[in-house]
Amino acid sequence: MSLTADDVNKIAHLARLGIDKQDVGAYANDLSGMLDLMIRMSEVNTDHVEPMAHPMDQAQRLRADEVTEINQREAFQVIAPQVEAGLYLVPKVIE
Amino acid sequence: MHTKTLAELSLGLQAKTYSSVELTQFFLNRIDQHQQLNSYITVTPELALAQAKAADQRIANGMSDLLTGIPIAQKDIFCTQGVITTCGSKMLANFNAPYSATVVDKFNQAGAVMLGKLNMDEFAMGSSNETSYFGSVKNPWNINTVPGGSSGGSAAAVSARLAVCATGTDTGGSIRQPAALCGITGLKPTYGRVSRYGMIAYASSLDQGGPMTRSAEDAAIMLQTMAGFDEKDSTSVDIPVPDYRIGLNKSLVGLKIGLPKEFFGEGLDENVAATLASAIAEYRKLGAEIIDISMPNLKLAIPAYYVIAPAECSANLSRFDGVRYGYRCESPVDLTDLYTRSRGEGFGKEVKRRILMGTYALSTGYYDAYYLKAQKIRRLISEDFKAALATVDVIMGPVTPSTAFGIGEKMDDPIAMYLSDIYTIAINLAGVPAMSIPAGFVAGMPVGLQLIGDYFSEDRLLNIAHQYQQVTDWHNFIPTGFE
Repeated sequence: MSLTADDVNKIAHLARLGIDKQDVGAYANDLSGMLDLMIRMSEVNTDHVEPMAHPMDQAQRLRADEVTEINQREAFQVIAPQVEAGLYLVPKVIE
Repeated sequence: MHTKTLAELSLGLQAKTYSSVELTQFFLNRIDQHQQLNSYITVTPELALAQAKAADQRIANGMSDLLTGIPIAQKDIFCTQGVITTCGSKMLANFNAPYSATVVDKFNQAGAVMLGKLNMDEFAMGSSNETSYFGSVKNPWNINTVPGGSSGGSAAAVSARLAVCATGTDTGGSIRQPAALCGITGLKPTYGRVSRYGMIAYASSLDQGGPMTRSAEDAAIMLQTMAGFDEKDSTSVDIPVPDYRIGLNKSLVGLKIGLPKEFFGEGLDENVAATLASAIAEYRKLGAEIIDISMPNLKLAIPAYYVIAPAECSANLSRFDGVRYGYRCESPVDLTDLYTRSRGEGFGKEVKRRILMGTYALSTGYYDAYYLKAQKIRRLISEDFKAALATVDVIMGPVTPSTAFGIGEKMDDPIAMYLSDIYTIAINLAGVPAMSIPAGFVAGMPVGLQLIGDYFSEDRLLNIAHQYQQVTDWHNFIPTGFE
């Protein structure tokens, strides 16, 4: 299966991932190569096979619904690219 | 001092033959002398010397652990509060983590000394350490070749004796493959054995941290500190940690070794195959029984992995949005531009390739054909391991199809790079533990032997590796120029 430059642009948009115009063709080529590798999977019948999401087939552990984290707002904001008055700044969303 | 193992240095520190400050300064000097390898991203001399001083005090007080005062280094994927954690990426080039990884805390509690943070493929995505934003790492056995990846800095540093031992992480072979290519011992524990808290996520159902050392005995000492239940990691497994050193000397008489025919077929370099055959003959001399087995679904590991790992990576890496931490682009015009350009400028090519692949595999209309199918294949692969390990004690095989390849050789051909992980990837899909141990050389370059065991059989694997290291000395060789 092969992907076109348009496909790559569409996927990149879904991922909100900027890619250089001159690289689009190379990504289409690489991803097509990866998809070719995957053809092998379709040769195997997996009709009655349970999908495996986790190596231990483990259920997620639960804990009591209690607050355990301490507030570290300042520690987290120190490493943010742009903050003001305790808020994270982004470009204007609403005009 | 650099020719000694962790176990030997620990005895020297206890006997006060040298102090941790002396040992630490000695390794800091070596790091300084051998910068050409580019194995470290950050060196932390002040912190290391302060920790060494504290360790000497602790030893004087008789309160020491085997790791107290030992200079180690952390793969730069483990968050360290107070020391930049880059994950090999421009995205996190200035990232000062607000907390430390559980693994880092455990080494601190044991009194180990941190020399610095080690180079790696960007976000652990790569098999050659060439995707690092901080430049490629060189293999100390031949500086024109790659050290492997993604824990390439860890493997090069331990091999060149620029740290006594190091941490690594393994999502598809990232501990074992560089360990093999640099001639050291590497262990990927069972999924869930070592806490992933504070270990920057690539593919959460596959990632596992582990030790990278000179010998199996050293790996046992490191794993003892790293392993254990952690309530901060929801996938951490709550079963007791055995004493990993106690069984190292058990006899291997009657050990059943399975050799899957799929591991020794086409694609394996014939000199590597011959080296492995000698290693297996050594095991036969130790009393092991060799059994030919078949694991028919192994051939599906690469396609399944390159769906599952990118899918998980595309979800995990969506957190890097230029808002809360990490790289942000200049003068974004709107929110979409902020996300798109911050991610586009902050991530390197290989990371982008995997985000694209994962996004595609999870997108509407393709989810069943790729992601769900890959998860079903993963089950089949895992069942192959279970069946094989019900009849044999350990599976052995190659770690890599050949010795270290040249720097730049596979960078333009990602598929060829992916195929070089053919012998390691299935292990992560199943979640079982596996090791790479030095087994000889081909044209002066190290070859690794892979040992694969049942879930939570790290103690047995370490025993099997240690017994081999008692009758061979491949793990003691030091690359020319680093003696």
